[in-house]
Amino acid sequence: MKVSERIIEGLLWLSAVITILVTIGIIWVLLSQSIGFFQVVSLTEFLTEKEWTPLFADKKFGIMPLVAGTLLTTFIAIAVALPLGLTIAVYLNEYAPARMRQIVKPLLEILATIPTVVYGFFALTVVTPFLQQFIPGLAGFNALSAGMVMGIMIVPMISSLSEDAISAVPRSLREAAYGMGSTRLQTAFGVMVPAASSGIVVSVILAISRAVGETMIVAIAAGQQPRLTMNPLVPIETITTYIVQVSLGDVPHGSLEYKTIFAAGITLFVFTFALNNISFWIKKKYQEKYD
Amino acid sequence: MTNSDKNRLKDKAFQVFGIFCTLIGLVVLAVFLIDILIKGLGRIDWEFLTSLPSRRAARAGILTAWAGTLWILVLTTIIAFPLGVSAGVYLEEYARKNRLSNFLEINISNLAGVPSIIYGLLGMEIFVRQMGLGGSLLSGALTLSLLILPIIIVTTREAIKAVPGSIRDGSYALGASKWQTVWNQVLPASFGGILTGIILALSRAVGEAAPLIVIGALAYVPFIPSSPLDEFTVLPIQIFNWTSRPQEAFLINAAAAIIMLLFITFLLNGIAVYLRNKQQKKIKW
Repeated sequence: MKVSERIIEGLLWLSAVITILVTIGIIWVLLSQSIGFFQVVSLTEFLTEKEWTPLFADKKFGIMPLVAGTLLTTFIAIAVALPLGLTIAVYLNEYAPARMRQIVKPLLEILATIPTVVYGFFALTVVTPFLQQFIPGLAGFNALSAGMVMGIMIVPMISSLSEDAISAVPRSLREAAYGMGSTRLQTAFGVMVPAASSGIVVSVILAISRAVGETMIVAIAAGQQPRLTMNPLVPIETITTYIVQVSLGDVPHGSLEYKTIFAAGITLFVFTFALNNISFWIKKKYQEKYD
Repeated sequence: MTNSDKNRLKDKAFQVFGIFCTLIGLVVLAVFLIDILIKGLGRIDWEFLTSLPSRRAARAGILTAWAGTLWILVLTTIIAFPLGVSAGVYLEEYARKNRLSNFLEINISNLAGVPSIIYGLLGMEIFVRQMGLGGSLLSGALTLSLLILPIIIVTTREAIKAVPGSIRDGSYALGASKWQTVWNQVLPASFGGILTGIILALSRAVGEAAPLIVIGALAYVPFIPSSPLDEFTVLPIQIFNWTSRPQEAFLINAAAAIIMLLFITFLLNGIAVYLRNKQQKKIKW
């Protein structure tokens, strides 16, 4: 083989290997910075303390309020996105005429292309005032409208991944169900959805991972008050919002306050890493084979 | 009512529910776009586009924000395009099926799922601190390049995968080397798909605010950046900053800036969709 061919292959190899360096870089940065944090704050305090006040005079370092805020907004988002997304996927696959599918799908995809800072604006200035008409106790910043808007953002993710999964189920299964006298609804939820279940579960897990890591919507609309609560009507703070909040301030580099964002970051990373790997594992293990 | 009637009724009911759910998504999208247009369209004029930021809402403009966004777009393309396409070509054309390539694949799909704000923390330590680039355009573009790298790699691989093996065999039969085959046959044949993927990735990068806030991009930058090492702001950060203020006038500014951001995002996505459709029509292997 010519030398130039080898050099080119080497360069291409290098570009691919950079992705591994990125992962190593992320883990190294998160670990090296949070080690300093965990030398001062014990892991037990981090996980069991019920308050998170690193920026106040009376410092408490319990991550749970931030985790609770993150899980609350994620839960609301999935509660909106899963029924909507799955229904849309089933409807477009089993009911809608082909022409309608061709028009609706790209329109829904637009929802996924809108920058998240724009969704945050929408949650704060439209959805919250709208909901306040029905829910008197709703604060100006709250988990409810941030979560709902995040759910709308995630709908196309669940609907298109689920639709892919459903349409990958062989026609013969659907025709067999029809042949037995099933209605479209019975075919959809008795045959198609169960057959596509692994793909649908993967889409939901990826959606959860996306919601957990979502930043701008919650930073704008959910508030900046770490609070160990499941009440969706009051201001809370998510892990991501906390990182933004500290980044916007003038916390000196190297201080304990500065290191808290890496401790928060590593918590976030553990969550999303676990979710992504579970989805990858399900995809590999349970992929239905009909050949 | 017989059982079969009941089942038909349920079937119809779900059909109505399905239409309803689909409409919710579309209605929210419409309400949202109309709301933004009503709030912001009146605010957009030449002065708004060409004014520097200001503490007074009526005088503030988005010149530095969209200049920063444009800079970021160009720099990110320069960094991420060659890197992502090379990695995609390697994985699809060169890599043997072994543990390294398997690991690379898992790793890339994992990176695609890492929240953008984590990339911000990475960029903050590596580019801003260790490499001493500060909160500059270059730091921002490098961070966003790493963020969109997985997207570019995956779409490049898909585009290359769609090129039939017979094209490669033909090239080899004429005595071409591996790289000659990739460069002269595979890449030109898959270029449309690769370009679509890159434009979609860029439209993602244009909308990102969180990682850039973490690396220290500022909301108030009173000059147009003139080199990659200058400080900068981008449209999403400007929007975030204005949205966080209590005064109504700043919300109107934010809505106007959102119209500009959506214009850029939709333009990029429109180009990508157009290229994809053209590609699908043109090529019949």
